[in-house]
Amino acid sequence: MEERTKKIREIAKRLLSEGRVDVVLGYRAGTVPLKNAPYFARTPEEAENFIWDSHGRINLANFLPQRQDRVAVVAKGCDARNIVNHIVENQIKRDQVYIIGVPCQGMIDPGLVYEREGRLIEEAIEADGRLIVKGQGFETTMERTEVLRQNCRSCAYRNPPLYDELVTDPVPEQEGLDPYEDIKEFLTRPNSERFDYFEKLIEPCIRCYACRDACPLCYCAVCFVDEHMPQWLGKSIDPRDKMTFHILRAFHCAGRCTDCGACEAACPMNIKVRQFTRRLEMDVKELYGYEAGLSPDIQPPLTVYRPDDPQDFIK
Amino acid sequence: MADMILKKSALADFIKSLSGSYKVFTPSREGQEVKFASNQGKVLLDFQNTLLSPKDFFFPQSERMFEYSTDPAAADAFILKDIATEPEPRLVFGIRPCDARAFVILDRIFKNDQYTDSYWFARREATTLIGLGCQNPCPTCFCLSVGGGPFSEEGLDVLACDLGETLLFKPLTEKGQQALDKAEGLAEADDKTSQEAARIKEQAEAAISSRISTDKIDEKTVMELYEAPHWEVVQERCLNCGVCTFVCPTCHCFDIQDEVAGKVGDRIRNWDTCMSWLFTQHGSGHNPRADKTSRVRQRFMHKFKYIPMKRGGDIGCVGCGRCIMLCPVNIDVRDVVRDMNA
Amino acid sequence: MSNPYKPYPVRIDKVIVETEDKNLRSFRLVFLNPEDDKAFDYTPGQFAELSLAGYGEIPIGIASSPTEKGHLLFTVNKVGAVSSALHNMKEGDIMGVRGPLGNSYPLKDMEGRDIVIVAGGFAVTTLRSTITWMLDPANRDKYGKITFVYGARTPGMLLYKDEWRAWQKRDDIDPYITIDREHPDWDGLVGLVPAVLEEANPGSENAVALVCGPPIMIKFTQPVVEKLGFADEDVIMSLENRMKCGIGICGRCNVGPEYVCKDGPVFTKAQLNELPREY
Repeated sequence: MEERTKKIREIAKRLLSEGRVDVVLGYRAGTVPLKNAPYFARTPEEAENFIWDSHGRINLANFLPQRQDRVAVVAKGCDARNIVNHIVENQIKRDQVYIIGVPCQGMIDPGLVYEREGRLIEEAIEADGRLIVKGQGFETTMERTEVLRQNCRSCAYRNPPLYDELVTDPVPEQEGLDPYEDIKEFLTRPNSERFDYFEKLIEPCIRCYACRDACPLCYCAVCFVDEHMPQWLGKSIDPRDKMTFHILRAFHCAGRCTDCGACEAACPMNIKVRQFTRRLEMDVKELYGYEAGLSPDIQPPLTVYRPDDPQDFIK
Repeated sequence: MADMILKKSALADFIKSLSGSYKVFTPSREGQEVKFASNQGKVLLDFQNTLLSPKDFFFPQSERMFEYSTDPAAADAFILKDIATEPEPRLVFGIRPCDARAFVILDRIFKNDQYTDSYWFARREATTLIGLGCQNPCPTCFCLSVGGGPFSEEGLDVLACDLGETLLFKPLTEKGQQALDKAEGLAEADDKTSQEAARIKEQAEAAISSRISTDKIDEKTVMELYEAPHWEVVQERCLNCGVCTFVCPTCHCFDIQDEVAGKVGDRIRNWDTCMSWLFTQHGSGHNPRADKTSRVRQRFMHKFKYIPMKRGGDIGCVGCGRCIMLCPVNIDVRDVVRDMNA
Repeated sequence: MSNPYKPYPVRIDKVIVETEDKNLRSFRLVFLNPEDDKAFDYTPGQFAELSLAGYGEIPIGIASSPTEKGHLLFTVNKVGAVSSALHNMKEGDIMGVRGPLGNSYPLKDMEGRDIVIVAGGFAVTTLRSTITWMLDPANRDKYGKITFVYGARTPGMLLYKDEWRAWQKRDDIDPYITIDREHPDWDGLVGLVPAVLEEANPGSENAVALVCGPPIMIKFTQPVVEKLGFADEDVIMSLENRMKCGIGICGRCNVGPEYVCKDGPVFTKAQLNELPREY
């Protein structure tokens, strides 16, 4: 990891001192363990604060839509795919953004770490593929791979599909994985059981909308939940209102989601929000052979018409 | 009012003996989350704090205020009526002193020189709080810097201290004494035990490593703080989600909404958040806090400048650290206050 | 414990379409219970939450004067969900009123002084209340000269025509009613409020100015008021923030340490100088 940090700082300093960009978006160390912070460097000195670790919870592409400045972004595979999305959806111009690609080995899920420990972690150190966590009267070492986020475990695009510069050689991609295995099993269950599952899933939701606000796809000027003339949705914690929010948000992301996991990482209640979006991604992949954010030249299937559309009704 | 002592082995019976008079809530673990629940077999004593603040005991996220008929044929159509519920007597065991202090701050918000929020106070009056001194504060705790402490008694009816084999109960109010009088298994504590509790308190205070200063904030004017450049840095990564406000024990802003189903309607109040642009949006389209900077600034200014100015100097934050732990982009209130106090 | 969120039930006694664009309507409300009428003891400058079951509440300045007994008057611009619903209500319909809320114009402190009232558009509502109250025989002697400058875009957009026409006939108030541009139906003053105010040139010596209007009018009126010699302590304005509770609790209308609903809506310019421009 150290090598990536060094390289990111180097590149950022170069871009800033040469005046190539106005700002570089990356991560700096967090003030709490297992979490780092998005950081915006505008001077070569500030670039010294960049780090690369396994705690980049927030997808930095989220900060790009409608920017007016020239910006460089530290981007792992999924982040870069979201930048591609933004280019396709005209949220940012390709020549305005400089992609510092980071071949990624997955991010750590703090939830999993806490689940294993069951105690408050006060310090976390990463070294040689291991994670050492410390708290009041304990120190535990675990393999990074054991506590990776679920989306990272099934990730097929660890290397950015689009970049201006890579900080290291590409990492080998994970082959032969079926990211939708659990969903296929889930689909064999009766409808009522499936609905119950989702109702239970969102029970703890407090409607803080962190999932939406952390999502690079959610850049609507006015989100449907905030519409007030007319107001489509109640504001209480009524289960129907909560469900409406999650379902509609998921559908709004269909064919666009890169499964970056920022929604889950942002959720204070540790809700597996990706369960809403993954089924839709699977459908889009199976029906249209499309995965979001792989090329700025391909239009997403749900925004275009093709004569060979597999659905009969459309022909 | 004398300090009382309880063997931990008798804790379950102690709780049970109170459940005849109160609905009793105790800390429990559900998955990774610690929360207060009633009818728990095992009382959790070994926890740092609940994930969410316990403000919803008195200020639920959604609360029906009134009901009405929207049937034009009804004699009382469109007239708002109180919801006839008497708040039940409740007892919360194990609340942390920081969270109890937050209730005192909110008491002064929900009651001003003219108006009293009847919903908040009806529940407050019906609830007895047995606090549990905080012996293992988190690295994110800074209660000592904002007028509290791990064994602060403010807002509590009884303060309990975990002595290992036993629990020491210190009654603080008449209400607290009444609860202890109803409980079984208590014995009067000797001086030595009370001294031991005092030692544990000192130890806990020493364990709080995180400090902030707010002295210069008092000296600065509203506009000096408001126009400081550091807000631009904070806002850049802020997502303007509502996490910090919803998990905060002192955030109290709410919205009032009408909801109608068929021919009956409710007026409901819901937690709201100053992080949302909608919060201040006028019907005309004008928005006095139209940008992210002004919204993220509002929360900190409200807690560390406006509330102290308006409510006799007390800061509107109890240092529980929840917003630090849960902010998705690691906006750390301690850093923000450091900038404000610079 | 009494519930400060509970509205008094009222009946809509009369609906008046005030302006040619029909976006402004006045609602005359009568309390269903006579004891509520007594309890609703207000002062000009205060507002109330108008409550529509099924839609919610909106804070609206009270346009009637306490000297006008038996009803309340509110003039409402159709902008949001609740005000639109209110515009659809008919005479005889039942709704609610919660208040009176907020501080008021400092009528006591203004005694013995000349009064300059400057209004633009529909922000004239609580100033109508103030003038009506001051012109009442019981109160008129307490104040010196009263100057009233009021403007709207067109003659059809001026509110309370009957009132200011009656005031024009009196000799104890000087009304300057103006419209922005020449109009075939208008033989009165033409010009923007700040210019008409400057022309009227009311003295600022021992005088207080009450200024209410849209932000653009306020912006151009302030320099004129200053030029006329008014100190910031003697310029009084009323803010219009978004509100919900109206009683200084819900936090929505917080501007600096003040809650506009309870500490305001009336502030002096001197007070506003110390506050963020979040209104």
